[in-house]
Amino acid sequence: MSSPSIAIVDYGVGNLHSLKRAFKNFDIECVISEEANELQKAQALVLPGVGAFEAGMRGLEMRGLVEVIKGIAARGTPLFGICLGAQLFLTKGHEFGIFKGLDLIPGRVVRFPFSGDREKVPQVGWNHLIQLPGVSWQDTILSTLTPESQVYFVHSYILEPTESSHILAESIYGDHTFASVIRDGNIYGCQFHPEKSGSVGLKIIKNFIDLIHS
Amino acid sequence: MKVFRGIYSTKPIFMKNIRVIPLLHVKGPNVVKPVHTEALRIVGNPKTLASRYYQEGADELIYLDIVASLYRRNLDLDLLRSVTENIFIPVTVGGGIRTIHDINNALRSGADKVAINTYAVRHPEFIEAAAKEFGSQCIVLFIEAKRQPTGWYEAYTDGGREHSGKEVVSWARQAIELGVGEILISSIDQDGTRRGYDVELIERISAISPIPVIAHGGAGVPESFVAALHAGADALAVSSVFHYQETTIASAKQYLRSQSINVRLV
Repeated sequence: MSSPSIAIVDYGVGNLHSLKRAFKNFDIECVISEEANELQKAQALVLPGVGAFEAGMRGLEMRGLVEVIKGIAARGTPLFGICLGAQLFLTKGHEFGIFKGLDLIPGRVVRFPFSGDREKVPQVGWNHLIQLPGVSWQDTILSTLTPESQVYFVHSYILEPTESSHILAESIYGDHTFASVIRDGNIYGCQFHPEKSGSVGLKIIKNFIDLIHS
Repeated sequence: MKVFRGIYSTKPIFMKNIRVIPLLHVKGPNVVKPVHTEALRIVGNPKTLASRYYQEGADELIYLDIVASLYRRNLDLDLLRSVTENIFIPVTVGGGIRTIHDINNALRSGADKVAINTYAVRHPEFIEAAAKEFGSQCIVLFIEAKRQPTGWYEAYTDGGREHSGKEVVSWARQAIELGVGEILISSIDQDGTRRGYDVELIERISAISPIPVIAHGGAGVPESFVAALHAGADALAVSSVFHYQETTIASAKQYLRSQSINVRLV
């Protein structure tokens, strides 16, 4: 079987190189592109990104990619949002104002609801992925993970999907439970950085690749 | 670092995971170990060491080119690329970062964050420009501190050789306002001695810092790690005792866990 074509969306926010290297670890040369036709050709799309919600949406809008990505998602193409990329999948973001997101999964992005005296915000470091009772990780990007696996986070804002059924994994920081992996069908979002999460992160990336084949 | 004390125990419990971060001082093709940033001993090959630490469960890696700043040289990007090639944890790179272009080059060569000391001290406005361009999470303020006879700590530049005249706490405060995302605080007095971290220095910086503080300089016996955490460090940078295999990352973490401190075990 030939390796699937995967495109990383380059919309001006963040470091795409480490992500590219993580896929290369599985012999996949990702295309890094901001061109609609390049992205539409790919069998799967990765939306990376760090930084503010509004800057991210502006980056997509300036390149005319908002409708393009929505169209690709609607076709059932596997989509993988990482950190800010995952946040942009939700309906709106509450960071320096309220801004519209891609609205692929209903929900909003809010700041950790506690001040820095409980734990420092941003969260910088490793944290557990918690599997909720009744939630299956089978045939998802988390399928090969053992419970309590740890991954690397850097963020001040969190994913708040409206439907709890869209939460695949949760994590706890400063006594607050938040969604660390969200999913709706072909659309996956991770609040953490799988490309920086050692062997656990690589498993997640491998699982995403395998979902493209199947 | 926020400390929680249980109702029935006076023993503090650190809730979030503490990061244990091997730190490589790189000079030319080698990892070296300075003592008080002066006398250098060759420790080994950076690629070999970095891979070993990654396999052993390092939470991140710090890579400091210790001559780039001093001699106004640029980072050896080919070396950096080869060192970080198969390492899938965050890598912070420092040494001679002076421009947005330098940061871009470092990120393209495997860095996730950059540590800036000398150029930030001379041009604090660079911090703001860099944080705007790459986000605060990407910019680490690197402070090399030396205790002065009257008890204050001065920030040094150029690999710990030059005075800046800046008092470290006010400098840290200024840099936080300008947008740095983390502080790497290194003690010149303790560096390479393995006599323990400079607890007072860490306390002073942690007391004013809403952002993570990474302690460096003097890591020795496992008890010294705990002392730095109680002083407020969020992460521990370690060089000599890992380089010379006096302790391993795994055994250091096991010890921390036995002291009710959360760490990631792999």
